[in-house]
Amino acid sequence: MMAGFYIVIAHDNLIKKIVGLNIFQAAVFVMYISFGKVAGGTAPIIAEGFSAYSNPLPHVLILTAIVVGVATTALGLALVVRINEEYGTIEDDEIQAADDEQPQ
Amino acid sequence: MIAQLPALIVVIPLIGAPLCMLVRYRDWSWTVATLCTWASFVCAWIILQQATSGNTISYQMGGWAPPLGIEYRIDLTNAFVLLVVTGIGSIIMPYARESIRSEFGTRRIYFFYTAYLLCFCGLLGVTITGDAFNLFVFLEINSLATYVLIAMGKNRRALTAAYQYLILGTIGATFIVIGIGLLYAETGTLNMYDLSNRIAEVGASRTIGAAFAFLVVGISLKLALFPLHLWLPNSYTYAPSMISAFLAATATKVAVYVLLRFLFTVFNYELTFDALPLDYILACLALIAMFAASTVAIFQQNLKRMLAYSSIAQIGYIVLGISFASSAGVTAGMVHLFNHAMIKGGMFLALGCIMYRVGTVNINKLDGIGKRMPLTTAALILGGFGLIGVPLTAGFISKWYLVTAALERGWWPLGFLILLSSLLAVIYVWRLVEAAYMKPVPENAKVVEEAPGSLLFPTWFLIGASIYFGIETNLTVGVAMDAAKQLLGGLG
Repeated sequence: MMAGFYIVIAHDNLIKKIVGLNIFQAAVFVMYISFGKVAGGTAPIIAEGFSAYSNPLPHVLILTAIVVGVATTALGLALVVRINEEYGTIEDDEIQAADDEQPQ
Repeated sequence: MIAQLPALIVVIPLIGAPLCMLVRYRDWSWTVATLCTWASFVCAWIILQQATSGNTISYQMGGWAPPLGIEYRIDLTNAFVLLVVTGIGSIIMPYARESIRSEFGTRRIYFFYTAYLLCFCGLLGVTITGDAFNLFVFLEINSLATYVLIAMGKNRRALTAAYQYLILGTIGATFIVIGIGLLYAETGTLNMYDLSNRIAEVGASRTIGAAFAFLVVGISLKLALFPLHLWLPNSYTYAPSMISAFLAATATKVAVYVLLRFLFTVFNYELTFDALPLDYILACLALIAMFAASTVAIFQQNLKRMLAYSSIAQIGYIVLGISFASSAGVTAGMVHLFNHAMIKGGMFLALGCIMYRVGTVNINKLDGIGKRMPLTTAALILGGFGLIGVPLTAGFISKWYLVTAALERGWWPLGFLILLSSLLAVIYVWRLVEAAYMKPVPENAKVVEEAPGSLLFPTWFLIGASIYFGIETNLTVGVAMDAAKQLLGGLG
């Protein structure tokens, strides 16, 4: 979780930031799923011979969160493409420099 | 029909969004968007009427009983916020048509209205839902649509602004998810009211404390509380004018509502304010926001950026009210939430009019604008008076309640500081007055007409409303007081 967060903060490359964001989010997803684990439990499908099941609710929540994460990544990457078209770079410091040169 | 209103208010814009996409033709998509926002406004109005009679409305999505099913739960607080969001959303629709046409072009304009309706729907969903995870989902619907809307600005910096907001907004949302996850791990429920009962049973365990910290930080990012405001100035500056107005008036306000909801409803009062010194933390941050952001606002050349910084300062006032943790303080916060939504919305719309005619909002290029566009400028200046808190404007009412609440809490130096920071607002509004009325029109200035009626009317409607609610305060203060009592009383 912290590794992803660190990448988001420390890297100048816009794509790397998004990758970091993904690692950060994936870590949170795993955290949720670990809550759902019941010791000795099996997949939450009713079947003979099993009595302990994992809690399916965190799984369902995380399915939703994954969809949100995918949408965010897609939108982020689309923005990076547009930024690249306009500025010709995806490095944060170079974009900053280009903005400073040309006052609006 | 009436019983289904809580669902309808969210579902109408949600259905409207793909409909906008399907009809494609620009005036049709505008019509669809307008009808949807207006329909939601009517729903919100009826819901508020029901809520003022003192009943809490509980709507079970799909007939699944809470706490397992998703519950929409409406008391006075969210009915009030719903009204603000739908009201602003409806008023600016007539404005949107011309303004967006000139700033965005006519090609693919239906994308704009689709994103706008999704953003609107997300805000309403966040406000109305009684389920913590559902709140996150709506928050992301709203945020994703907002990033798209900001990126639609003319200037290429809109793209970087949107990107910056995307990164920070996602971090904020993920923090909220972590907080909700920890709460779920400790209590095994996601329904807010169920949560509040179970948290009271569990007491202040370490997990609850961690969840609380993550939630407060995540929500503060969304509401742009100093020092987590970095995304806001660029986003408001480079977004299309109408979107700046919409975001300034609603998005941060809904985040404030979420903060209120978590502080007072989900976590109980003892945990929030007795076990943790949150009142001092919030008050300090709010004070720094008021002074730092107002000072920065004074030095801005771009007027939209100036208003953006002033928004951060005004959010400081709202949070300060909440930090008093008293009924009077929360009332002041909510009144200011309503008033600031109108004032700032109106001012951004007035800037949009100037942008439409002059093509820039840089203060150096607007010498003598008061003579060239008298009505627009008058609206802008009146809004500015509201920000200062001149008597007879809505801003005065909120500051009055804020100072009273500060005195009641016994933090009397704060009352003095509130007045002092208002003086900073005087400076930046004065710069406006000076440029608009004192300086002569440059000789080579191009001739500009007054903005067209479709832009002027919504602007004046909001500014007029801010004056009206400065004189007639029954609706705002009355509802805010009852809502504050409900929020605090349920737990007290």
